[in-house]
Amino acid sequence: MFQIYLPIAEMSVDIFLLLGMGGVIGFLSGLFGVGGGFLITPLLIFIGVPPPVAVGSSVNQVVAASVSGAIAHWRRGNIDFKMGTVLLVGGVAGSLAGILLFNILESLGQIDLVIQLSYVVMLGGVGALMLVESGRAILMRRRGGGGRRKKHVHTWIHGLPLKMRFRTSRLYISALLPLGIGFAVGILAALMGVGGGFFLVPAMIYLLGMPVSIVIGTSLYQITVVAGATTFLHAVSGQTVDVVLAGLLTLGAVVGAQLGTRFGAGLKGEELRGLLAMLVLIVCGALFWELVAPPTEFFNLSTLTVSP
Amino acid sequence: MNARAALLALCLAALCALGPGRAGAQELVADLSDHLIAIDSEFTGTDLLVFGAIEGEGDIVVLVRGPRSSVVVREKARVFGIWLNASSVTFDNVPSFYALATSRPPEEMLDADMRRLNEIGLDQLRLEPEPGTDIADIADFRDALVHLRQKIGLYSSEPGKVSFLGPRLFRTAIHFPAAVPVGRYTVDVILVRDGQVVQSFSPPLTVDKAGLGADIFDFAHNDAALYGLLAVIGAAIAGFLGSLLFRRP
Repeated sequence: MFQIYLPIAEMSVDIFLLLGMGGVIGFLSGLFGVGGGFLITPLLIFIGVPPPVAVGSSVNQVVAASVSGAIAHWRRGNIDFKMGTVLLVGGVAGSLAGILLFNILESLGQIDLVIQLSYVVMLGGVGALMLVESGRAILMRRRGGGGRRKKHVHTWIHGLPLKMRFRTSRLYISALLPLGIGFAVGILAALMGVGGGFFLVPAMIYLLGMPVSIVIGTSLYQITVVAGATTFLHAVSGQTVDVVLAGLLTLGAVVGAQLGTRFGAGLKGEELRGLLAMLVLIVCGALFWELVAPPTEFFNLSTLTVSP
Repeated sequence: MNARAALLALCLAALCALGPGRAGAQELVADLSDHLIAIDSEFTGTDLLVFGAIEGEGDIVVLVRGPRSSVVVREKARVFGIWLNASSVTFDNVPSFYALATSRPPEEMLDADMRRLNEIGLDQLRLEPEPGTDIADIADFRDALVHLRQKIGLYSSEPGKVSFLGPRLFRTAIHFPAAVPVGRYTVDVILVRDGQVVQSFSPPLTVDKAGLGADIFDFAHNDAALYGLLAVIGAAIAGFLGSLLFRRP
């Protein structure tokens, strides 16, 4: 009906399709408290946006999606800036490495495969973990009581050098650990166009042992900055950031997020996580099917850009 | 009365332009309804009118080819149960767009050599693999390239029809889909007589982005760092405004 031309993706798309997609993703992110980047990239690829443009524009949208949450948490003092900054130093380095890897894979013609495989592995792993965890929590609540998790466990992780004190998180741990986690998230952002919250949040809780109250704020702070840096790097290295596309998705997402937040207020945390886990597993299954099912086209083209 | 006089004058002008039908004289004039196809934000494809007049007998071939570039064709193969891009062939100088319209089926007008020489017909398209390519089933890759371009409307499957209005005036319409690549196009209007190319005429055609889309594209390519920076700042402001707008009372 109302086609709009996307100048970087170089294709015409129905404007309401994009607003609707943004709205659904915003709704989910408001409902579950995740960025939703993990759904945008596959959806964009599905409607025919070239995968590199899907990744570059999706990570641009993640900036918009995470900045408001980061500001809200900052007002409440829920951000450990020292931890967040160490994480994002690792994150920006990871993003740089990810962009290099992205460009190499693209020239080899394997970037689509790697994007899809990364999604299958990450979504499959995270979805399964979340499903098990929320199922256990629901069972635990039904039985009543249940033991508390031990707060501090000493492992080999605490023997690493370069120890730093993080006052807000009440932690004294090696800086290598958040640097490494940040690095991994940066690579994910560059390769998959996601903020990486679904990986970062469990890593901060279980690997770093940060207090849950400041995990969300700190991860949003880190995601905002790393997604911003990744957007910039994609724009410079491949000109794959479509601001019209990202803007329309953002517009839909802002409205959807409000609806999602209101809808989610009536649901319990464990049930929400269980639902999210199922959604993640469905997306994972669909992507996996695409990889193993016989393709409709056995050939594909890529045009090499001519220097003017 | 006036209209008829005007039409008469126009026909006389066209005949004068053609001049007397002697050898070496101009026997063909042709033009396009537009020399610039502008892709703006509402562009969903367009039809371009090619028209002209000939002197004497003959058939007309209209050939439109887009700017040439190298294209990599990759074939998927199953590895450990997963379909991934395996072998690939790079073709050089592949036209990004190909459309053909003729007044008679091309095989009836010209022999295979002549068609090959002028790239008349998709089966006569010169698709040369990069030097050093060593793959046995190269024809499969070639067919795949043509098939995939046909599927998105960039290569016309069947030749269009050039219709004559009376003995001299001809016209045809060439369709350009929404995904038409930008650049300088080659339009060849060819007059064929007795199996020979008598004369050809090449009006200029450019496809270019226009309006806001073009500005954004140029900005993203010419000033990538500033574009990236503004994309980030714009997204941050949009997210911030969104949260202000819906803040709970």
